[in-house]
Amino acid sequence: MQSRPLPRLYLIRNANIIDPVREKEFGGEIFLKNGRIVEIGKKVQVEESSGKVEEVDAEGRYVTHGFCDIHAHFREPGREDKETLVSGSRAALGGGFTTVCVMPNTDPPLDTPELIRFIVEKAADLPVNIHPIGAVTRNQDGEELTEMAAMVREGAVAFSDDGIPLKDGGVVRRALEYTTSLGVPIINHSEDPQLKGEGQMNEGVWSTRLGLAGIPGVSESAMVSRDVQLAEFTGGRLHVPHVTTRESAEWIRWAKERQLKVTAEVAPHHLYFTDADLSTYDTNLKVAPPIRSEADRQALIECLRDGTVDCLATDHSPHTVEEKEAPFDWAPCGMIGLESAFGAIWKVLSGASFSLIEMVQKITINPRSLFGFETDLFRKGTPAELVFFDPEKEWTFSREQIQSKSRNSPFLGKGMRGKVLQVIARGMIHDLPPAGSL
Amino acid sequence: MGFLKNRHLLGLADVSAEETATILETAFSFREVLDRPIRKVPTLQGKTVVNLFFESSTRTRISFELAQKRLSADTVNFSSDTSSLMKGESFKDTAQNIEAMKVDCIVIRHPVPGAPVHLTRYVKAVVINAGDGTHEHPTQALLDMMTLQEKFGEIKGLNVAIIGDIAHSRVARSNIIGLNRMGASVTLCGPPTLMPLGIEELGVRIDYDLDQVLDWADAINVLRIQRERHGVCFIPSIREYRDLFGITRERLGRLDKQVTIMHPGPMNRGVEIDSDVADSDNAIILDQVLNGVAVRMSILYLLLGDQPG
Ligand SMILES: [Zn+2]
Repeated sequence: MQSRPLPRLYLIRNANIIDPVREKEFGGEIFLKNGRIVEIGKKVQVEESSGKVEEVDAEGRYVTHGFCDIHAHFREPGREDKETLVSGSRAALGGGFTTVCVMPNTDPPLDTPELIRFIVEKAADLPVNIHPIGAVTRNQDGEELTEMAAMVREGAVAFSDDGIPLKDGGVVRRALEYTTSLGVPIINHSEDPQLKGEGQMNEGVWSTRLGLAGIPGVSESAMVSRDVQLAEFTGGRLHVPHVTTRESAEWIRWAKERQLKVTAEVAPHHLYFTDADLSTYDTNLKVAPPIRSEADRQALIECLRDGTVDCLATDHSPHTVEEKEAPFDWAPCGMIGLESAFGAIWKVLSGASFSLIEMVQKITINPRSLFGFETDLFRKGTPAELVFFDPEKEWTFSREQIQSKSRNSPFLGKGMRGKVLQVIARGMIHDLPPAGSL
Repeated sequence: MGFLKNRHLLGLADVSAEETATILETAFSFREVLDRPIRKVPTLQGKTVVNLFFESSTRTRISFELAQKRLSADTVNFSSDTSSLMKGESFKDTAQNIEAMKVDCIVIRHPVPGAPVHLTRYVKAVVINAGDGTHEHPTQALLDMMTLQEKFGEIKGLNVAIIGDIAHSRVARSNIIGLNRMGASVTLCGPPTLMPLGIEELGVRIDYDLDQVLDWADAINVLRIQRERHGVCFIPSIREYRDLFGITRERLGRLDKQVTIMHPGPMNRGVEIDSDVADSDNAIILDQVLNGVAVRMSILYLLLGDQPG
């Protein structure tokens, strides 16, 4: 990845522009000044008088809003051997993401205003926008609420004990109630620990075949059903992360029909893989919640189409090679996901006849609106967050291309469709190596 | 190179009917060796086999060890309690260390499903699965099939019932796959809490009525039952289990036919099976033990033996 500062005046010509807000795709030009959008249109007016304009011909390239991931784990503080804010930022750029929200299950967890400030300050100079998500409970032990108001003041954009399900319904109730005055969502990793038991993968014919202990789909949907009912009862904002089953999606649909403040995301790996792919015992496919059946996968695609599931989020979860080299039962859950996200999702969704605009909405304006971020990145004066890509490019995800500190990806060697080529964010231009080269 | 399509024996899922027949046929010829006064052949002279047991199993280990000695292979035993292992890293380290000592074959028993597959990623040696968690126990299923073939002449067309804790049984899984492939019909019987989801897709029937199952079956394979696993109760009590699924003399006495009885051991006498049933003439449990050595000789020979000419 090669990076350089954005010229003061920068004109992008001949680009295929995708505007997810106005749902338009057109050939045109983008003019940037001091890192901000001046104008976007078929033909833009360039004020020649103010200095030298660097022009670039984007012939054949598509450009749209920088992608936004509302669910990533950067492991800092505590497990910098897996990922840091710096390495995570590079991974984000590698995947076309210009805004990333990081989960609080670090060591120590982000459960105080001071730790939220630590992330915000450390991220200030990084090439992507990083927003911390605060813990719901102190030490993520599921009991006492954190100082949420102060944490929001310091920059927390949501609250979650992600990685650890909030098993106490009373705590979920209080968290949803308390945050009604703060306007931020509560995100609960929905997996009932008792129903999950010793489970290692989706419970079904494949867990039976492989002899791996099963995690039933109901371990997720039972908790989702409790949480959406609590969202109704409290009027709080609930966001359901990484939905994996048809039944969970039905509860989210139920909530949306009642116009509750309930939103949901799905992860690329749950759209790409099925539990049959675990037949090789690849520990990189061990995730929580688990990869489900083909029927669930199809249901998730349909939920993304009809809006039951609002957006995509990577659940980027780096782990060391040593940890993932363990026999299946002993390996930790999680896979990295930022850099493979676009190529994996577009491969699945283009195959399910989504339009490019629909796909782009799911990783730009939809996640941004959930967390209250600016959604119209093409508005005049907005800091440029742009991603350039080739939607037709078929390529294979390889180890050498990974910018993350970790390598735990089941997408290695897998077919991708659509390649991110360049990212503009925070006053810098980053060129990514083309597929196939190192 | 061996005589089978795959280099390793990781499970019966990737062994064809034709290969199964070859394995059994070879096992029968080794059975003759076991009946000779000098029960040893030089077939695997110069080959080294390591028995890598991460879970204690005296029977299976001795059976493999005997098979190796009867074939004149050099044998080393390594056993380790998994709790004393520092999980992942040392699994790989142990594997690579053993590999570095230049062995031809590793027989592995491990509590984690898929561990033998995992091992093949780190070693060049031939890997034989001697039981991995609740996944497969291929040599056990092969010796069960050999014993059935010995008793009935052929496996095809037999009605075989597997009774008990199917969910936690690698023996059941390998048996289902193997018996199906060889043309037997398989019915599973046991409490619903111990019936794994989707198992019908492997081509078996489930019947919760033991008397009905016994009526249908030519042979039954009785599994060891434990009330608790991982701190979870799957059955309310042993008394109730015995009542519903116990193989008692009284129950067998009500039938107007003989049923052949197998058990992979170790048995809980008086729990899943009555002592006098286990010791009766219909039980072929000790034949299973003897055939176990022959089947393991067959597997070792077919995977490690040199192709003639
Ligand atoms: Zn989670």
